[in-house]
Amino acid sequence: MKRAIGGSTLNRVEGSRPTFEVRIHGRGGQGVVTAAELLSVAAFDEGRHAQAFPSFGSERTGAPVVSFCRFGDTPIRTREPIAEPDALIVQDPTLLHQVDLFAGLRPQGYVLINSSRDFSELGLDELLERFRPERLFSVPATELAREHVGRPMPNAALLGGFAALTGALRLDSVIAAIRERFPGATGERNAAAAAACFQVVERERAAVPGA
Amino acid sequence: MLRQLEGSAAVAETVGLCRPEVVCAYPISPQTHIVEGLSDLVREGRLGSCEYVTVESEFAALSVCIGASATGARTYTATASQGLLYMAEALYNASGLGLPIVMTVANRAIGAPINIWNDHSDAMSQRDCGWIQLYAEDNQEAADLHVQAFSLAERLSLPVMVCMDGFVLTHAYERVDLPTAEQVDAFLPPFEPRQVLDPADPVTIGAMVGPEAFAEVKYLAHAKQMQALDAIPEVAAEFELVFGRPSGGLVRGYRSEDAETIVIGLGSVLGTIEDTVDELREEGVKIGALAIKSFRPFPLEEVRIALAGAKRVVVLEKALAVGIGGIVSANVRMALSGIDLHGYTVIAGLGGRPITRRSLRALFEQAIEDRLEQLTFLDLDRERVEAELERMAGGGRSGPHAENILRESGIVGARSH
Repeated sequence: MKRAIGGSTLNRVEGSRPTFEVRIHGRGGQGVVTAAELLSVAAFDEGRHAQAFPSFGSERTGAPVVSFCRFGDTPIRTREPIAEPDALIVQDPTLLHQVDLFAGLRPQGYVLINSSRDFSELGLDELLERFRPERLFSVPATELAREHVGRPMPNAALLGGFAALTGALRLDSVIAAIRERFPGATGERNAAAAAACFQVVERERAAVPGA
Repeated sequence: MLRQLEGSAAVAETVGLCRPEVVCAYPISPQTHIVEGLSDLVREGRLGSCEYVTVESEFAALSVCIGASATGARTYTATASQGLLYMAEALYNASGLGLPIVMTVANRAIGAPINIWNDHSDAMSQRDCGWIQLYAEDNQEAADLHVQAFSLAERLSLPVMVCMDGFVLTHAYERVDLPTAEQVDAFLPPFEPRQVLDPADPVTIGAMVGPEAFAEVKYLAHAKQMQALDAIPEVAAEFELVFGRPSGGLVRGYRSEDAETIVIGLGSVLGTIEDTVDELREEGVKIGALAIKSFRPFPLEEVRIALAGAKRVVVLEKALAVGIGGIVSANVRMALSGIDLHGYTVIAGLGGRPITRRSLRALFEQAIEDRLEQLTFLDLDRERVEAELERMAGGGRSGPHAENILRESGIVGARSH
């Protein structure tokens, strides 16, 4: 069996080119590609170098879709897909037992799943053992989106949750990126969803020892 | 202005700044976002009197461009893959007539099997159609090369393809310093055509030429491409003066001066190659890279100089000449007359297969020890290939390859009957 031991590990060890790598899983129509693009704009707004790209394919509504975002303080040259993410965002929990979502996740990695159930209820106890449990969160982003956006589009909300969970990007830059992409009421509603999700994750983190 | 945006948007904005007078294109992935962006610019009235012509095919798109360019209009189009093939006859007409059309090729594989992902099969299939071919390494360069392309095309009265990797660049969001209108206007003067179809001053363009003069006209096409070998670096140098950043040119070396092993590539894969070169350099390996930025004309002299001190060259190509192997390699070998070094051809990234640092590192390590075969297919799944060869050898109705391989791979949708 082939095991990915991507080059970014080497970079990390040498400390020469630290980039933060995010992989986003969802289904066609959920704004998976847009989410990665927004993250890259948020990073750019913070003066960082960033790259976002989809797992290119014939994307169809409902089909599993993956997108990627890298950001860091130095120019990003590599074009390979992210095999060993620092963080995973799962926009659709029905993918959990269909796609190998956690492949390559770094031992210190973060996971944010869109679900109102916790990891045990999702059948993911094994992950709690393999990874740092205080970095694994689920959050009801679809419900938050329904409430704030009026549509079950969890992507913007999850980006707020990502900011809270990882601290890799600030909430205000995530919100600025959302507003830039969606001017007007749509942007405001998505920004509100992101802010709400940020709060939910912040609250939960405060309750978790070691987070 | 620095912006974080999609490669296609960066190209559309930049082409817009070049003040095209006619844009005519037919949509095909992964090029479509570019011409959609330009149609928005035209609709919003930001391109003045620029005419955006919608047509029914790529053949028509380039044919309209030929007509438009012949009337003295600055003309742009974009395509990819089968779309470029469908233009093939018109491609030769555009270059044969010496019309300075600029076209983006959002590089994509060619079927069958149908595949929408990136490789260089499309542009490479048209390498000898008389167009200049420039390859962009990132979205900054993709944008910048379009400004240079109009300048080059009009200076030489030759059409130019700007090749950018489909999806890998066209759909990637990254930082691009978009030029300003003032910068582009300072760099790119209004188009002064060498030949114009004008009812007030009628001329013929496109006369039939018999054996008495055909070779001379074709030689002139070649002579103009040889002039491009001077013009391309000149335009790149002028560009750097106005815009303050290097881009384009014929070739670009990366840590190649003292390198014993030099990896040659075209387009966006250079980024991944350079990261891998850095890893190996930190371990003391004398390895470097050479980007070929202009594939037509092919910079024989510059490649020769770059490789003169090396012990081996690895040519990484995203296209396959079925029946022999490398296309870029064949051209590189022409630059090596009298130079004694090991040459390896590596076919990689076909149909969008990711080219990873892990695979490149293993490949380069093999090359450094001269353990590579002359022709290597990066990350080829030999087992699946062998199984299919075996099935064929069994005789009878072994079935279609693509479907057999998909079924073996457990891909949903490929059924056995």
